[in-house]
Amino acid sequence: MIDRTNVTAPPENVGPATAFVRGKMLAEQAAPSVSRGPVGWMREHLFPSVPQTILTLVCIYVLYLIVPPIANFMVFDAVWSGTDRTACATEAQGGVQPNGWFGACWAYVGAYMNQFIYGRYPDEEQWRVNIVWLMFFGGLIPLLMPSLPFKRENIAFMVLAFPVITLILLTGGNFDVIGTYLPLAILTVLALAVAYGFARGSQSDPMPGLKATAVIFASLFVIVAVLGIDFGLERVRTDVWGGLLVTMVIAVTGIAASLPIGIALALGRRSDMPIVRFICIVFIEFWRGVPLITVLFMSSVMLPLFLPEGVTFDKLLRALIGVALFSSAYMAEVVRGGLQALPKGQYEGAMALGLNWGQMMRMIILPQALKLVIPGIVNTFIGLFKDTTLVLIIGLFDFLGIIRSSTSDATWATPVQSITGLIFASIIYFIFCFGMSRYSMYMEQRLDTSHRS
Amino acid sequence: MSANAVKPDEIHVDRSRMQVSETDVAVEINDMHKWYGEFHVLRDINLKVMRGERIVICGPSGSGKSTLIRCINRLEEHQKGQIVVDGIELTNDLKKIDEVRREVGMVFQHFNLFPHLTILENCTLAPIWVRKMPKKEAEERAMHFLTRVKIPEQAQKYPGQLSGGQQQRVAIARSLCMNPRIMLFDEPTSALDPEMIKEVLDTMVGLAEEGMTMLCVTHEMGFARQVANRVIFMDQGQIVEQNEPDPFFDNPQHERTKEFLSQILH
Repeated sequence: MIDRTNVTAPPENVGPATAFVRGKMLAEQAAPSVSRGPVGWMREHLFPSVPQTILTLVCIYVLYLIVPPIANFMVFDAVWSGTDRTACATEAQGGVQPNGWFGACWAYVGAYMNQFIYGRYPDEEQWRVNIVWLMFFGGLIPLLMPSLPFKRENIAFMVLAFPVITLILLTGGNFDVIGTYLPLAILTVLALAVAYGFARGSQSDPMPGLKATAVIFASLFVIVAVLGIDFGLERVRTDVWGGLLVTMVIAVTGIAASLPIGIALALGRRSDMPIVRFICIVFIEFWRGVPLITVLFMSSVMLPLFLPEGVTFDKLLRALIGVALFSSAYMAEVVRGGLQALPKGQYEGAMALGLNWGQMMRMIILPQALKLVIPGIVNTFIGLFKDTTLVLIIGLFDFLGIIRSSTSDATWATPVQSITGLIFASIIYFIFCFGMSRYSMYMEQRLDTSHRS
Repeated sequence: MSANAVKPDEIHVDRSRMQVSETDVAVEINDMHKWYGEFHVLRDINLKVMRGERIVICGPSGSGKSTLIRCINRLEEHQKGQIVVDGIELTNDLKKIDEVRREVGMVFQHFNLFPHLTILENCTLAPIWVRKMPKKEAEERAMHFLTRVKIPEQAQKYPGQLSGGQQQRVAIARSLCMNPRIMLFDEPTSALDPEMIKEVLDTMVGLAEEGMTMLCVTHEMGFARQVANRVIFMDQGQIVEQNEPDPFFDNPQHERTKEFLSQILH
């Protein structure tokens, strides 16, 4: 230990064997100009060494090769208006453009925009789809912004009202529901009995469980009754739906169904009850082991063979169920990863405080586990969104499908037609997927309370 | 030796309120055995803890001391024998397990705070959901105990922003918010830096002075000597020796106890 009080000035030279105590503290100094500002940034990131400088120059050259032709095709040489193929064809091809012209034909996209969005949904009924768009984005955007109030009401609207209203608006409602009342009533009695038996088995008060079950089934009855009401809307069969409408219906249903089913499957797979665990494992491994195309084929080609004569399922509905179950299996494994990443101490801490299993999962385990796997969840969502294009093979015209089919129209047939269509499809898919990706990153940062450095 | 970082004379204890009840049994364990698969981890455990007792359990690692106290709130299941906590026998009955866990607080080596909740939320969660306490009352209660462990100003922070010692004090406050009648401590200071051990031990001494029934697995022998009224030494899943602290440390009887104490005290 050195006696600090005796030291007045620092020694001239500090050698290894010399005791040293700083006598005067240095004031803070500004960083040298070469390490500050844009110049400093470029020195540090673009030209820090000779190999890095070469790489930077090569990259600039590659960008020079790629970007101008793309910009020319998409913007500067593109055709923005026109009525038919002549606008987008060269003189040699029978159009008005000079020979050698090569640009995007946005006029064709504009002419087909209505079909790209609605498919063959009847023109005079498209206001119904527009209301659905409005409700969807109007309900979703405030839900995604954490600073806005009324989250509870917002969630209730999106989970309860939105699906029912959408179903009625898009199809026309007025379903034949008479036959569903009896099975639903039987199911209600069964569920009440199970809830009561479960409560008795664990010797807890049966009333809360019975009440919850009663409320759930009462709302189911209300929903069924509402679906049976004739609102005077014209019936629109799902085989005329198409374009972005079908893509969104499949993607949103898949996303909304896969997360809760996936969580339930993940919890089931980690359950102590062997039968529950077995069922969940079989379900997950089956759906993960089969290609989505096979699932869709089976649902549209083979399922009708097994059904009794006269019983038909809507093709879109079958695709919806297939996609939802398929993605829940993936989701289950993502969520399971999160559950396994949590330290055992979190479970023990919650149990030692007297929380029961449901409270522990809802308030301690799942919030942390889901936060951990946000990248994986959004990965699955994005994969699902893009996989909706596969419904093309069972004859549903989703967004990509309708763009592909529009290229067979002779009115706009030019060499640039299908390139333009595919670029347009890429841009729209990219906007949705990139949006999901950015939002997930925002959410990850917002929810991060770990304060790790 | 870090296991004895706090010297006995650094712990000041007021023994006037540490009354041990003559008749009121807090925990009773009879002929209890536990196996992990084929491994016989606890053998023939017999232990009777009266209300107000402060018991320190020590022993080499792997001796089963943590497993023993984790059996008391059923974080571990025993296969044979009887455990009665606060008059409730622990069986497979989930309802009774929940009842016991409501009455028994536990503090862990690694704190096990919930990192996604603030300090205040950590403390109010169980009272609100398990005890069905109104939120406002639960928050007042939480602030009361956070003040007692001397960190009320940290209430709105997250566990990750606190030091280890502060986190452990929050964990103690979190347990106290449930108004437990028995507290279990599973090596509460083993994961802490030496300078933080004392602040946690001081909190535990405060609890003991208020007459809390405590079972502590710890290597803090200074704490054991000053606060405990009984020290239990375990080895190979068995209780090898138990005695009052002074005779236990000054005149251990069993060979294994002597060997253990000579290693840990020097």
